[in-house]
Parts: sequence; structure tokens; C-alpha cells
Amino acid sequence: MSERRMETPMRRVFGLGSASGGTEHWWGQRITSVALIPLSVLFVIPFIGLLGAADLAAVKAHFSQPFHAVIAILFIFTTALHLQQGLQVVIEDYVHSKFWRMFLLLTNTLGVTFLGVLGVFAIAKMAFAG
Amino acid sequence: MADVNRGDRPLSPHLQVYRLPLTAVMSILHRITGTAMLVSIALVTWWLLAAASGDEATFKFADGFLSGYIGGFIMLCSLFGLCYHALNGVRHLLWDAGYGFELKSAAASNIVVLLGAVGLTALGWLAWIAI
Repeated sequence: MSERRMETPMRRVFGLGSASGGTEHWWGQRITSVALIPLSVLFVIPFIGLLGAADLAAVKAHFSQPFHAVIAILFIFTTALHLQQGLQVVIEDYVHSKFWRMFLLLTNTLGVTFLGVLGVFAIAKMAFAG
Repeated sequence: MADVNRGDRPLSPHLQVYRLPLTAVMSILHRITGTAMLVSIALVTWWLLAAASGDEATFKFADGFLSGYIGGFIMLCSLFGLCYHALNGVRHLLWDAGYGFELKSAAASNIVVLLGAVGLTALGWLAWIAI
């Protein structure tokens, strides 16, 4: 025995150890955060121009342009994902009561998904139906 | 052991006793801005839904609220939250990649993130007023 390892060959093959995972959530947050850097810029700049300054027709015209519709849908969708991931970590860190933790985690996932779908629906309606 | 004064011994200080360094304040501010932007995205979604409804009065109400004093102030705070969270988020990504972890560079990036967030917010606000 030239070397002694506290791991099975299987552990080296998959590289994850006995827990089989654990970094997926963390990594998922990094992916959405990187995506949100350009998406936020591309959504927020025209939004600043529209808020309080444009009539309904101009807002509809903006979101019926394919580029802006796709950017807005990607922004809302990715924001919903990132928000769910972030709020989940905050809840897991600060809410210790078993009942409230479970309640808030469920409310977070369901509520933020609902919010995201509402936003995507609104943009899709303006893009397709005017 | 009988004459030990149990009520008057020095206690080991807990975390709250210390003045938080700026890096720690900015760390918690990252979570606060991220959590608070739940309100921002809900309001923006409301604005989008109001526009999608196709009803002039519905849209004018949402648009008027979000560009009025109360809604406008919330939107301005949201803009700061977004700028701060985005810039500090980039810093977190760089930290994750192993860059800028030394005390000196963390202290320097504190200032870059804070000034950048305030500057971008001011820029966005001025652009909004100008339009």
C-alpha cells in the first residue's frame, strides 16, 4: 500500500463525496446573478425613460419590439429565479421556528413564481396581442 | 468556591457589543437590498400588468403612483438597491473567484461599491427627471 486514502474509488470518479452534492444551490445563484448584470441594465434604462413619461400606446409599442420584449421576459424570469434563491437563503439563515421556516419557504417559492409568471404574461400580452 | 461573586463577574462579550466594520455593514446591506427589492419587482410587475390591461385609467393610476412622491421615492430607493446589489454582487463574484480578499483591497472596494452605487443612482435619477 503506497498510499492510503479515506475515500472509495467511486468518490474520486464522481468527485462529490458521500453527500453527493451540496453546491448546486450556491452555483445556481451565481448563474442567475451573472445573467442579471446585463439584463438589469438593458431593462432598467428604457424603464427609466418610460416611467411617468410615456402614454399607454408608447409603453405597448416599446414592449412589442422583439428585442425589448425578450429582454424584459428574460429579466423578469431571471429576477424571479434569483429572488427565490436569495430569499430562501435569508429564510434558512434567520427563521428558526420549524413551522414558520417551512411556511415562508413555501410562500417564497409559490409567491415569487406567481409574480414572475404575472410579469412574463404581461409582457407577452403586450408583445403578441398589443 | 463559596465566596465567588456569581452576579458580578465579567462576561465574554457577544457579537453585538462590537462596532461592525464597514465590510460587515455592507455585507448585511447586500441582503437587505436584495430582500427589499421584492417590493420593487412587485411594483414593476403591477405597472407591467396595468399596461398590459390596455385600460388607460388603470395604467395612468399605476404609472402616476410610481412616478408620484411616494411611489417615486420607492422607485428611487429601488434604483439605489439595484445599483448597490449589482455592484456589490460583482464584488462577491470576484471574491468567489478568489480575487480581492485582502483587507486592503476589500477596504478599497467598499468605497468603490458605495460611491458607484450612489453615483449610478444619481445618474439614473437625473436622467429620469430630464426625460
